[in-house]
Amino acid sequence: MTPEEIYRHTLEKIPAETLGELAADAAQPWVTVAPDQLIEVLTVLRDDPALDFDCLDCLTATDFLDDGQIEMVYHLWSYTHEHLFVVKVRVGRDDPAVPSVSELWPAAEWYEREEYDMFGVRFTGHPNLTRLFLPDEWEGYPMRLDWKEKETALGIPTTRPDPLVPKKDGETGGAADA
Amino acid sequence: MPEEFAISGPDNMLLNMGPQHPSTHGVIRFVLDTDGEVVTKATPVVGYLHRGIEKIATEMTYAQFMPITDRLDYVASMCGNLAWCEAVERMAGIEIPRRAQFLRVIATELNRISSHLVAVGSFCNDVGGVTPLVVALREREAINDLLEMLSGARLTYNYMRLGGVSRDMTDQFKRQTLEFLDHFPPALDEFNRLITGNKIFVERLANIAVVTPEDAKAYGLNGPNLRGSGIEFDLRRNEPYAVYPELDFKVCTGEGFRGQLGDAYDRYMVRINEMYESIKIVRQCLEMVPDGEIKGKVPRVLKVPAGERYTRTESARGEMGIYIVSNGGKTPYRVRVRTSSYSALSIFEKLSRGLMIADLVVVIGSFDIVAPEIDR
Amino acid sequence: MRFFADSLIETWPLFEGWPPWLVYGLVMFAFGALLLFGFVSLFAGIVTVVERRIAARMQFRVGPNRVGIQGCLQWLADGIKNFTKEDLTPAGASKLLYLFSPYLVFTGLFLAFVALPFGQALVISDLNVGIFYILAVTSFVTVGLVLAGWASNNKWSLLGGIRSAAQIVSYEIPIGLSVLTVVLMAGTLSTQGIIERQGWAPWDWFVFANPFAFIAFFIFFTSTLAEGNRVPFDLPEAESELVAGYNVEYSGMRFVFFFFAEYANLFVMGAMTSLLFFGGWNSPFNWTIDLFGLFPAPLEISGTLVFMAKALGFVVVIIWLRWTLPRLRVDQLMVVCWQYLTPIAFVCMLGTAFWMIGTHRWDALDYVKYPIFLLGVFLVLAMAARAVRNIRRVGDPVDLNPFQ
Repeated sequence: MTPEEIYRHTLEKIPAETLGELAADAAQPWVTVAPDQLIEVLTVLRDDPALDFDCLDCLTATDFLDDGQIEMVYHLWSYTHEHLFVVKVRVGRDDPAVPSVSELWPAAEWYEREEYDMFGVRFTGHPNLTRLFLPDEWEGYPMRLDWKEKETALGIPTTRPDPLVPKKDGETGGAADA
Repeated sequence: MPEEFAISGPDNMLLNMGPQHPSTHGVIRFVLDTDGEVVTKATPVVGYLHRGIEKIATEMTYAQFMPITDRLDYVASMCGNLAWCEAVERMAGIEIPRRAQFLRVIATELNRISSHLVAVGSFCNDVGGVTPLVVALREREAINDLLEMLSGARLTYNYMRLGGVSRDMTDQFKRQTLEFLDHFPPALDEFNRLITGNKIFVERLANIAVVTPEDAKAYGLNGPNLRGSGIEFDLRRNEPYAVYPELDFKVCTGEGFRGQLGDAYDRYMVRINEMYESIKIVRQCLEMVPDGEIKGKVPRVLKVPAGERYTRTESARGEMGIYIVSNGGKTPYRVRVRTSSYSALSIFEKLSRGLMIADLVVVIGSFDIVAPEIDR
Repeated sequence: MRFFADSLIETWPLFEGWPPWLVYGLVMFAFGALLLFGFVSLFAGIVTVVERRIAARMQFRVGPNRVGIQGCLQWLADGIKNFTKEDLTPAGASKLLYLFSPYLVFTGLFLAFVALPFGQALVISDLNVGIFYILAVTSFVTVGLVLAGWASNNKWSLLGGIRSAAQIVSYEIPIGLSVLTVVLMAGTLSTQGIIERQGWAPWDWFVFANPFAFIAFFIFFTSTLAEGNRVPFDLPEAESELVAGYNVEYSGMRFVFFFFAEYANLFVMGAMTSLLFFGGWNSPFNWTIDLFGLFPAPLEISGTLVFMAKALGFVVVIIWLRWTLPRLRVDQLMVVCWQYLTPIAFVCMLGTAFWMIGTHRWDALDYVKYPIFLLGVFLVLAMAARAVRNIRRVGDPVDLNPFQ
């Protein structure tokens, strides 16, 4: 089914105010839903036999600094019908909270942990929302566009003196010390 | 100690299959909660190889990012190159000459064979047989020589460019590849005679870590992991790209060869069978490759039109999906790389309950997990 | 040894008035020391090089060939390297047990050489419970391994030690039963006695004497691999899972003791197999050497050479198996022992007992050894033919020159 057909089919189950408009002029059209209706929409997409999106292919968070919003993008794929659909959610940057879809697709557990780690998006209802890549004591969310690297991280300085600069008297650093 | 590492039971033991371990295929740490030899809970702790590739991508131009895609999965770096090229070229609408398409497919399929050899060889090494590893690496040396002729490197090739490939193939390459194609299937037969039918090996692998088709789809497994559970889905066949529509090859699935459908042995056999199919593909490509240009017309500093796209290609380990959000500038706004070892590790915790410690290496090896794909 | 001791007392005036037991003791001690320093140490060292060369040739590589001619002094280089390493004791380790367990392993293993007969007159002590003694004394090794695993204060080595204990203790049963099969046929536990009951010709060896003994040989060989922690039973030291298991915390000379004991055990395995089933030092030739006129009668060495050749042949087979087969998981190991090897070994033992009764009654049963011998030869030839056919199929270049 093409994305337009998927959209029309979903409109039978979900009212148009919840589902929103299909951004049909893009290469891969998407719908934008509100965070509290996300689970409802995704459940219909997964369970309806004509749609049957049994795989959550990718879960991305994009930071829009100018809009002050973080956008979550869900790429859904169906193995039986072999069609792709995109669902998006937008939340504010200050305290982003999105319901977790790990009940629907267990693959989402790790995707959501990664996005929490990198962007700070809290997924309500997630069984184990802890940092994945960075150490648990890390502060800050590196993938955000306003992330500034700190002077030290976990007690270790994040910069070192330039090894190509010859050292002056009484100072450390420089190639001779390497 | 974080709560998730607490032991469950007075007789349990907390073991650390640490970042340095011969069988974790890279720097991954597993915290095991075991009752003697039987694992109650195995928690993967990742992030030791996190290089911030997605952040780096926002600061580099599309062409500058090409060497970084090598390192997304350094065992199969041609596949990473191809994934990035496909993603950017589809978004920007760049035309690629036919010869370059064929060269890309040849390079990718040769890299697929060498990646599977590493996967299968190191898997056998972990299970105990050292000689199959050396045999597999010996065969891989021939491929390393071929790809060195093409690209100049032995591991991270950086061969493809936006719009084509960087170097043309020589006559010597063609001759040597044809020799290799004749030599490899009997050598793979020898490898199979050495280890694949061995009773001890089958006993170690059969009925371990069975993944049902529904679980495979729900957890997002891809590639040989998914096909090992019987689902016949290959991006080269179902969503073809490059010149794959014109090529004739079989999609290999697991059939419960020596145990249940979807166990470790099935996934192993899928990889072995895929190597035979890749040989067929390379042979067809060498016959069909036309003469012509190897680089298409690409502006010096490429600016991809604003928009977004999620493009998937079939890498050696499964699907490599790249989601690019562009705002029309020189550098991408957001790049998201979706790899298949990541999903495979997310199912690890569920599968490892009730297995013995010696089976954990079988699970890791049969899913062909490599650390760079997980941590990116 | 009595031969040497008696002839020493006769020829040398120094030992005129000494009590015989003292001379016997000194001779045994001297021979034991000669064996340990002159043979076992050299063997344990050289077999590491030989193993690495064999492994390399099986894997299309060359192996160590830098130190000495064709790498024959590699073991010296490794020994010197280990000797100069720091002797670490991990923090929190039970110090006394940690330091003591290598010695236990080493002692237990060397004690087994006391009853191994290298020739008709060359055995340190011809105990009349020889085989029983060897099996008992190699159990020291188990105690040493478990102590090493526990005392290292490391959960991985503890796992290795426990696995090893379970494995060695379990496989004592099939070994004991298959040894009993041979003892029934020989009528004595003494190692010299078992060899003397066999002849030099292959069809006179115990392995072909009756079909039950033929099966018992395979059970014995498999169980002895398990006793020595060799692949496919090397779980206690599984390199890719436990990173050397029970001896992961040892370094320097203490590690060399463990290493040494494992490789010297190879010889014990090969020697036991050859003396129990393959005729020991029986040989058709009768070469003797005159020990520089020191002793009244010349010393027969053809038997020694034959025994060495047979034992070393089995050592090569064990090395070959190590580099071919993957390893069994610990519960599969236990299943193989208790559900397969032990019942079959029982059947073999009982079958041999009935066979022995039957040979008293029907002489024809004695001639079964000829067909079984032909079966053995056929199996070996079939395997060789299959190997040749496989090599031809791939078209690998075959280079039979071991000295590249």
